[in-house]
Parts: sequence; C-alpha cells; structure tokens
Amino acid sequence: MLKRMQKQQGDKDIAEQVITPSGEILIKDKKQITKDKIRKFLLGSKEKEGFLKVFVIYALLICIGFIYIYPILHMLSSSFMTLDDLLDSSINWIPSSFNLDNYKQAAKSMDFWKSFGQSVLIAGLPTICNLISCSIIGYGLARFEFPGKKVVLGIILFTFILPSQVTMIPTYVLYSNMGILGTIWSFVLPAILGMGINAPIFILIFWQFFRQVPKVLIEAAQIDGAGYWKSFYRISLPSAAPAIITVSLFSFVWYWNESYLTSMYVSGITTKSGWTSLIIQLKNFATNYDKYSQTATAANAVTSINESINMSGTMLSILPLLIMYFVLQRYFVESIDRTGITGE
Amino acid sequence: MSKKKLSKEEKKNLKKLKAGRLAKRDAVAGILFITPWIIGALLFLAYPLITSFRYALHNIRMTGVGMRFKYIGYSNFTEILFSQTEFTTEMISYLVSTIISVPIIVVFALIIAIMLNQNVKGKGFFRLIFFLPVIIVSGPILGMLNQEGAGSLTSIDTQAITATLEATLPGALADPISDLFENMVTILWYSGVQILIFISSLQKIDRSMYEAAKIDGGSGWECFWKITLPNIKPMILLNIVYTIVFISNNEQNSIIGLIQDSMFSGTQEKGYGYASAMAWMYSIVVVLMVALFAALFMSKKDVYEKQVKKAKKAHKKEQRQLKQIERRSAKNAKKNAKAARG
Repeated sequence: MLKRMQKQQGDKDIAEQVITPSGEILIKDKKQITKDKIRKFLLGSKEKEGFLKVFVIYALLICIGFIYIYPILHMLSSSFMTLDDLLDSSINWIPSSFNLDNYKQAAKSMDFWKSFGQSVLIAGLPTICNLISCSIIGYGLARFEFPGKKVVLGIILFTFILPSQVTMIPTYVLYSNMGILGTIWSFVLPAILGMGINAPIFILIFWQFFRQVPKVLIEAAQIDGAGYWKSFYRISLPSAAPAIITVSLFSFVWYWNESYLTSMYVSGITTKSGWTSLIIQLKNFATNYDKYSQTATAANAVTSINESINMSGTMLSILPLLIMYFVLQRYFVESIDRTGITGE
Repeated sequence: MSKKKLSKEEKKNLKKLKAGRLAKRDAVAGILFITPWIIGALLFLAYPLITSFRYALHNIRMTGVGMRFKYIGYSNFTEILFSQTEFTTEMISYLVSTIISVPIIVVFALIIAIMLNQNVKGKGFFRLIFFLPVIIVSGPILGMLNQEGAGSLTSIDTQAITATLEATLPGALADPISDLFENMVTILWYSGVQILIFISSLQKIDRSMYEAAKIDGGSGWECFWKITLPNIKPMILLNIVYTIVFISNNEQNSIIGLIQDSMFSGTQEKGYGYASAMAWMYSIVVVLMVALFAALFMSKKDVYEKQVKKAKKAHKKEQRQLKQIERRSAKNAKKNAKAARG
C-alpha cells in the first residue's frame, strides 16, 4: 500500500516536470530521471538497500572469510609440497606435484591409527559421561525448587570462570593416590560427577532447556503414575534432543582439543603411560619425528623435518574433526540458536 | 462444587495433609538429582581449593616415601613476586594482551554478526567459515601455525608496525602488542562462538522496533546505538566473559605452562607448593579481571524502566496523601458530628 502511494507520487513529479518545459528541457529531465535512478540504485531507498551497501558488505565478508581460512589453505597447500617446492620462490600456492610423502611420514611418526583410536576414546568416553551427568544435574536445577539452589547456580558459574590450574595440583596428587593417574579414569571420573572440562556450560545449557519443558506435561505424567526419574528420562529427555546434540558435539571437540590436561592426567608428563592422542602427538611432533627419523634405514629414507611435514602433521591431527564438522555442520552452526543461551 | 461433596472422612484426611508436603518431596528429589554434582564439587572443587591453599604455604619436596611438607608461610608468594622475574613479566604480558585482544575479538564478532544479519545470500556458507576455527583451535595447532608463519597476514607489513611500537612504547607493553599483530589471524579465530551468540541474539530483536524508529526518522546509525546495542548488552558481557575464560585456559597462554613447569621442576625451592602459590595468584587475577568487565558491562536498568518506577512512586505518594486527607476529613466529620450532638 505504502509503496504504491510513493510510486504514484513519484509519477506525479515526473509528470509535472514534463508538462511545463519545452522539448529541449524534456530531454534534460530524462537525464535527471536516469541520474535519480542511478542514485537510487547505488544508495538505496527506504524499501530497497542500495547496491553500494550490498557490495561493501559482500566484499568485506569475502575478504574476512578469506583471512579466516587463509591459515588452513596455507597448511593444506604446503603440506603437499616437496622440499624443492618449498625452496622454489616461484611456487606460492599450488605445489608442482600431488605429493603424499609428507603425509605418509608424518603419519608414521605420529603412529596415526593408534593415536587416532585413543583420541576417540579420550574424547568419547568423557563426552558420554558429561551427557549423563550434566543432563541429570541440569534437570534437577530446572525442575525442582530447593533451598540453596541459587548458591549452587552461583558456584557453577564460578567454576566456569575459575582457571583449572588452581585445583590442578591437589587433583593430580589425589589421582596419583587413587592410582588412576595415567588412565582414562582420570577424565571419566570428574565427568561423571559433573566436573569435566567446560561442564558448567553444559549444565547451564541443559538447565536452560529443561526450564522450557512445560510443567503441565510433567505433572500430567506424574498423575499417570510416573515417578521423578521416569518423568525425567521418558518425557523431558526426549524433548531435549537439540541440547543433547549440542552438548555431545562440543564436549567431543573440546576434549579432543584439550592438550594441557590430557598431557597432565592421562598421558603423563614425568612418566609416560600408554595413552596418547593426536593432539599430544602434535605437541611433541618435533621430538617424535626425530626419534622416528633415527630408525630410518637405507631402504626407506626419511627426509629431515621441514615445514611441509609439520603442516601435514597438523593437518592429520585436525582431519577427523574437519570431516566431522563438514558432515554435521548444520548441527554445529545452529547449535547456539537451538540451546537458547541467548534467552527467549 | 466438588468441595461440598467431600465426605467428613475425606475432610479429615485433607486436614492431616500438611501444607507444603509436596513441595518438600520435590525439594528432596531435586537434591537427589544434583547429588552427583555435590559429590563432584566436594571432591574436585572444595577439597582441591583448600588443599592447594595449604600447599601454597608449604615447601613440598618429593621423597621416596611421599611428600614432605615444610611450613614456610608467605615466602612462596614473595619469592614469586619479588625474587623471580619470570612470573611477573609473563603476568604483565598476559594482562596487556588480554585487555587489548578481548575488545578486538568482541567488536570484530559484533561487526561480522551485524553484517551476516543483513539480507545476505549464502549466509549459511559464511557461518560455516566463521565457525570453522572453533573446531580446530587448540594449543598445539595454533603453536604449529604460528611457528610456520601461517598465523599472520602476509599482506600487512607487521615488521613496520612492530618497529614503530618498539620505538614508542616501553618493552613490557610493546612486546605483547607486537605479538598481537603478528598473530592477528589466530586472534580473530577466537571469535567463532561469539559470532554465533551475537547472530542469534540479533535475530531475537523485535523488527517492529526498527520500523517504528524509521517512521520517526531514525537513521541506521541511530538505530544501532539506541536499539541494537541496548538489546544485546547482556550478550556482550557473556561474550567478554567467554573470551577471557577461553584465552586464560588456552595453552598458548604461557603462564599455565609456567605453572606446569614449576610443578615438575626438581629444584629445591620450586615444586608443588611454589606452583600452587602461582596458580592462586593467577586465578585471583583472572577472576578479578572478569569481575572488572562484569562491573563495566552489567546491564543497568533501562531509562524507560527508571521513569516508570519514578512515576509509580509518585503515584503511590499521591494516593497516600489522598488517603490521609480522606482520613482527616472523616475525623473532622466525626468531630463535627460530636460537636453538633454535644
């Protein structure tokens, strides 16, 4: 309606201009009209955004997007390069040949398949425990009123801010007294008690989610004879599928990428346990590669460490996550919308 | 209706039921549900916190039998702060780089989010790219990328910036800032989650507010400051806190490496006690920094809400006065009546 009215008014203006002057000026008016159109096209009007603005936004987004993936592209391209390509200044991006040797050597020095399997375990088991414990705790906080609930929420927020270093040393001693240092239990045990890595975030996500489950639904279930536990796992939990997906994805990624605490508790610093993960292998890539290159025989020559091998090692350690990301990208990108962290 | 139909026995039973019995049962169930957390908090939060404070006051040496404690009071702290220089220099560079990079990350995330919130085609694709770093950002990978120079922009001459910075600023300030420029890309990488949080909160702002503002002649610039910003203010605080926590726990942060090193160092004065003292000071600084930002960005009440409150107060006062006048007039009327009778 509004648009039509404005259009009509615009027509009137043009009509007035045309009526008054003679033929010569009429051409000028036409030019003016085209100028007007160009101006409108570039700067936009009330209804439509101008071309200039759209252009600037796209240009900025593409530029920043390129900057964002620049390190990954750089990594990808240099991981395929041979030593000659690295030294050749005429080769910037595209390697002269599709060379997989770097990957083979990096994978051998990292003991890829063993570390990959252990990475999956180190990230997967605590994730499952996190899911179980955080959903239960989040439900308890969202559904019931009890004295001291606000204190509990406050402490949960506080544990999110508090750096883990302050509790790390006694925990280390505790684990070593319990005899679970250097085993996967040192990650599983805190996770099952709701104290895993970033567990406060997960508890808050579940808390936020279970608060949105209508209370009437649960009351109806209880009238039908469902206990507290049954109304949790039969009614509330199935409706929290988005929260479950988000928590499991993020928990997996964060445990996978955690190197500081993994090297401390699970793989051990002073005494090496059998556990290792891809990220830990990458952390000690240079020393591992040295060890590996010493075992080389004349039959299978090993090139000394260089940028290409470094980059292919890095690529190998993030490859599983990258594949997971591109397969499940929808869940990752929509995760924050779905959890309702930003409030409804 | 149904109340009248209850028999006497049922009424008795109803009286027996104490008020709030259901609520009590609910409370017990709630505590049962969070029992795992309570055990966890006692075992992995309260106990370690207290013990680590005890450690910080002791010199601990590992012997074949176990740990040997020797009470030394505050000398761990004084040793770290005044005798050894490594902790203080790392701390200053950590503080400077955090205080600079947090606003950069949050503002950058906000700009990207606002651009993506326009009618942009391929929104999903851009979100995919901007969220990608969240998946792969971790200490060793960032270390590797920075080591090979992939973390800096080759098109920007970082050398020139570094040189000018070092010429104008004192060393303690110049180093972290020039580090920042050298690793610009990886710092921008920290903003993946923040961008998504901003986008989803931007989408929740009521469109009709912008329309109303436009009708009143507000420009886009004014709309941003007066509508967008106040609406997403709580999210800004959330993002700041998230960014600080993320930077503090990242392995690129050299202080946590320092704590670990001194924990396992075999020298006489270092060890568990020394590392605990370090960790305590570090944690206090982090918590204080979060508190500082929170105080700065805590959502103050709306101007509109304030005015409503004021108006309500004035209204109450008026009513009280009215009542007083009424009471007085009633009294006067009684008096007058008495006087008339008398």
